Amino acid sequence: MSIGDPRYKIARNEAIVLLILFVAYILWWYAFAYGLGSRNPSEYSYILGFPDWFFYSCVLSIIVFSAILFIIVKYYFKEVPLD
Amino acid sequence: MDIIILSIAIIYMIFLYIIGYWSYKRSLKAPNFILEYFTASRELGGLVLALTTATAYLSAGSFIGGPGVAYRLGFGWVLLAMTQLPTMWLVLGVIGKKIAIVARKIKAVTLIDILRERYDNSKLVTAIGSLSILIFMIAAMTAQAIGGATLYEALTGLSYEIGLTLFFLTVIIYTTIGGYRAVAYTDLLQGAIMIIGSAFIVIFPIVSAGGLENIARKLSETNVGYVTPYGVGGGLNPSWVASFFVLVGIGVIALPYVSVKALTYKNTKALHDAIIIGTITSALMLLFMHLAGVLAAYYLPGLPRGDLAIPQLAIKTIPSVIAGLVLAAALSAILTTVDSQLILATSAIIKDLYLNYVGPSASERSTKILSFITTLIIGILTLVFSYRPPDLLVWLNLYAIGGLESAFLVPLTLGLFWRRGNRYGAITSMIAGLASYITLYRLYGPNMYNLHPVVYSILISLITYLIVSLLTPRPSEKVIQKFF
Repeated sequence: MSIGDPRYKIARNEAIVLLILFVAYILWWYAFAYGLGSRNPSEYSYILGFPDWFFYSCVLSIIVFSAILFIIVKYYFKEVPLD
Repeated sequence: MDIIILSIAIIYMIFLYIIGYWSYKRSLKAPNFILEYFTASRELGGLVLALTTATAYLSAGSFIGGPGVAYRLGFGWVLLAMTQLPTMWLVLGVIGKKIAIVARKIKAVTLIDILRERYDNSKLVTAIGSLSILIFMIAAMTAQAIGGATLYEALTGLSYEIGLTLFFLTVIIYTTIGGYRAVAYTDLLQGAIMIIGSAFIVIFPIVSAGGLENIARKLSETNVGYVTPYGVGGGLNPSWVASFFVLVGIGVIALPYVSVKALTYKNTKALHDAIIIGTITSALMLLFMHLAGVLAAYYLPGLPRGDLAIPQLAIKTIPSVIAGLVLAAALSAILTTVDSQLILATSAIIKDLYLNYVGPSASERSTKILSFITTLIIGILTLVFSYRPPDLLVWLNLYAIGGLESAFLVPLTLGLFWRRGNRYGAITSMIAGLASYITLYRLYGPNMYNLHPVVYSILISLITYLIVSLLTPRPSEKVIQKFF
């Protein structure tokens, strides 16, 4: 059994964190789109001109998930030598 | 059309040639030609990596075709487009670091190099992998070329054939002489044009309509489907829409012309920056372009084809110099995809097939000449196909994205992260994935019981990989040492 390259463990853990963020985004996207969006369209309010479900699901999410991604990459991801 | 737009198009092409020539000069100084020509000697920084990855992925589909569907269906299709928000962090973040480390250990230049090494020098993995890349890339490039030529016709008023020839020769020439470095740096320039152009095509129409809410309310009076997640006609089923998280989300990890970028960056800081920049820029471009499709539904109802929505919206609502920029952005989306696919197709022939099977001891000089000639020939072949697309290529292109994903996603990602996976699992899962995708898509089209067929075929490929690997011997200790 080989000892293993410690950099691989870092790469694997980072991959797992980003997969979790992927699942979180799917839930967020789905909940707002079909949770809010399934109301009668006459009840929609408009935020910055977008139908409310769309604003939360597809516009606000860009800001929220970019911010989380930024924090994860800046504080959790490790710089390792590649060679 | 107008002289200003034509001059913008010419200046833009001159810049691309300059970058091609600059890359060629750089390549003369590079110590290893193959590494330079296919990976820019692994020297990309964060911004270049981000934009070359995002723009390789974003194509005519994101700038013309997708917005054309949003034009017909409304916000529900923009919702579908936004399943692509995580795509860049998945491609670069999930496999990007591990691939880069492995690539340097085993001196890999292509993804096939990595698969071959991981699967004990399996000739079958190499052959299936590189041939399916080559075939699907030619089909995909032909489709992009046709989209580009149609756009060029609208942009300059030149005929379809002249437009096609002019713009396609540009990509062929800068990619041939400059290799991957020209691809990456022209992508940087064109990526900037894409970002600016996609912002303009929402700003101008929204401002002149007195705000987005006016447009949305007016559209919902015409047909309430425009503002619901179910779309005009109510046909956008939630689970089908969500299944695009596979096709245009996690599956993109397996599109070789996108994920090969992970072999080309210089250090992990570049990768980290690119994960963030790539995600934000591509999300904004996708949002803007698809939103523009909805805006076109307000301004230009009743167009004969959705594909006309973006060019017509630009021409109708934006002053002509800036409209030229918007159309250049759409053209850039195409060129940046084609250049990545072209250099990948060359690498499949030269690095994966020729150097492995025919001439492992070929001299640097002859490899170099052969690489130039190969890029040129594939490019010109694609151009010729595009004048009158053969049915076979049109047919193949239908399966290009889902087919490559079904073939590569499982052997690539599990090969990197599961040490028990072996070559038997890889070969059978590639065949099972590809065959099941083509079969299911033929039988059911894009909607199979409210999921995209790619979901089933990747699942079939996964099960095949797991079962066959567990039933056959472990990979050799040599492989484990390099990969784990």
